[in-house]
Amino acid sequence: MLSLRFAIPTANTLTPPKTKPKPGLVVQTAWNQTDLFPSLPKRYDYKLQAATTDLSVAGDITAEEVVELPAELRRELMPKHVAVIMDGNGRWARQKGLATSAGHEAGVKALRELIELCCQWGIQVLTVFAFSYENWIRPKVEVDFLMSLFERALKSEVESFSRGGIRISVIGDSTKLPTSLQKLINEVEESTKHNSRLQLIVAVSYSGKYDVVQACRSIAEKAKDGQIQLDDINESLIEQELETNCTEHPYPDLLIRTSGELRVSNFLLWQLAYTELFFAQELWPDFRKDEFVDALSSYQQRQRRYGGRH
Amino acid sequence: MERIRERVIQIYGNLVSLLQKCIFCILSVGPIPNHIAFIMDGNRRFTKKCKLMEGAGHKIGFSALMSMLKYCYEFGVRYVTVYAFSIENFKRSPEEVQSLMDLMLEKIEEILKEQSIVNRYGVRVIFSGNLKLLSEPVRLAAERAMLATAKNSKAVLSICVAYTSTNEIMHAVQESCEEKWDEITLLNSSGAGYGLISLGGYEQDEMDHLIKLTDIEKHMYMAAAPDPDIIIRTSGETRLSNFLLWQSANCYLYSPSVLWPEIGFRQFLWAILNFQQIHFYLDKQRKQS
Repeated sequence: MLSLRFAIPTANTLTPPKTKPKPGLVVQTAWNQTDLFPSLPKRYDYKLQAATTDLSVAGDITAEEVVELPAELRRELMPKHVAVIMDGNGRWARQKGLATSAGHEAGVKALRELIELCCQWGIQVLTVFAFSYENWIRPKVEVDFLMSLFERALKSEVESFSRGGIRISVIGDSTKLPTSLQKLINEVEESTKHNSRLQLIVAVSYSGKYDVVQACRSIAEKAKDGQIQLDDINESLIEQELETNCTEHPYPDLLIRTSGELRVSNFLLWQLAYTELFFAQELWPDFRKDEFVDALSSYQQRQRRYGGRH
Repeated sequence: MERIRERVIQIYGNLVSLLQKCIFCILSVGPIPNHIAFIMDGNRRFTKKCKLMEGAGHKIGFSALMSMLKYCYEFGVRYVTVYAFSIENFKRSPEEVQSLMDLMLEKIEEILKEQSIVNRYGVRVIFSGNLKLLSEPVRLAAERAMLATAKNSKAVLSICVAYTSTNEIMHAVQESCEEKWDEITLLNSSGAGYGLISLGGYEQDEMDHLIKLTDIEKHMYMAAAPDPDIIIRTSGETRLSNFLLWQSANCYLYSPSVLWPEIGFRQFLWAILNFQQIHFYLDKQRKQS
């Protein structure tokens, strides 16, 4: 049974038990608590912080919600938009002597944990590179498995996303996806479109270059129809036509790529203009809370100048 | 005494050169990158760190650039691109922008001289970017340099000035739209394009066929060079800062922590070794995309 839980693990004895989850959140105990959430490392000194006014703008959250941040992280420096390239499922499975499908399933678990952390820590948009346009050349067995994994995961999570205030958007060339998945995506996008706690953008069958090409085509279409003049074409017009126009913050502040590979692999090329890149050595299924905290703390220490002076 | 000292320095220099050549011979057994790009970050921090006069960091950075170019061309890298000045850098103080423009003018004149690296290695110089944003003297000097080196064909040096990748893509989109617009207008005027406008069903398909990835790519400022194999950004910052976003889709990103004026043979060697390690995998990815 795959389900997203928002309950704070009580198996950990380092911190006092939290306040009860707010009404409406169902606490699923289908999984053994200690399986999914490793015990918190002793080096972090967690402090309970009362929610401040910045959380009250989100639709679902009440003022009593307590959100803990590890000691290294500062709330005012949290990125608004985090993008992740979830690389390394296949390698992780090979290392453990499992089938590739087990690697992808483990990857989904890691993703669920990341979504929960983003919700708790006030990150507004999370974009994940689930399936690249170039991945279609992988063996048919693997591709079919991934498509069915997306369907299963979407079907089982849509309710918890609705309750958790998560809005789902899917970007990429959906014409190559199975029709049942396309229909499901439309339904999920429709049913979650009013949620505002976290926007989860899933890039499936996505290519950064084709994003720009399709933006160019729609601009050309508009120019042909006389809606715009060719001289009006500027950077913000292109930004409005890119597939990331489904969100208010299309430019990621931080891009995390796991498994130690040092490249972008055709993901969000235009949008990454001033994004801080963080390359993690761990394989995606091993990328958990500690590693995410490392990435965020590295981000918070960087000086972003956008071409100007210090 | 002075002459002996000079002689010793000369012998030492020759030995180092010989050693570098040997290392290059060994490395050329593996794949040689075709195109390396540099983001020359850290000049001002170097000035502060070494407590130098304002602008000294950039001058030392220029000599660091010359040595890196030498290593690249000696090793056999055909294309080198450098991020000299971003459109965003115009936001800096007018004095700094002016001093950078003056430095650029001075160095453009220098590289055109007889003994310069450009002539030694047969390098064709291209200035990529929105050159209309530059002041008149710099733009004219750049155009002169491009004309003077147009016949060189052994290697290419692309200097990105007044460049940002988003501006480059936007410009390419604009040009592609204009080109297709002209095509449609031409077809319409000759009567052959009637079906393109009037029949609603055909419109979308024809539009799809009209603008392709290759149309946009051929209008890029960087169209003369292939995609980079390695992008090296100094000073430890790991971001692209609007540089070659389109072209870096499958490129190895290397960010050593040294500042640009401090970069040397060691960092170059490390980048090449790492590149060779992942080359075969990247090549396969590129062929499939």
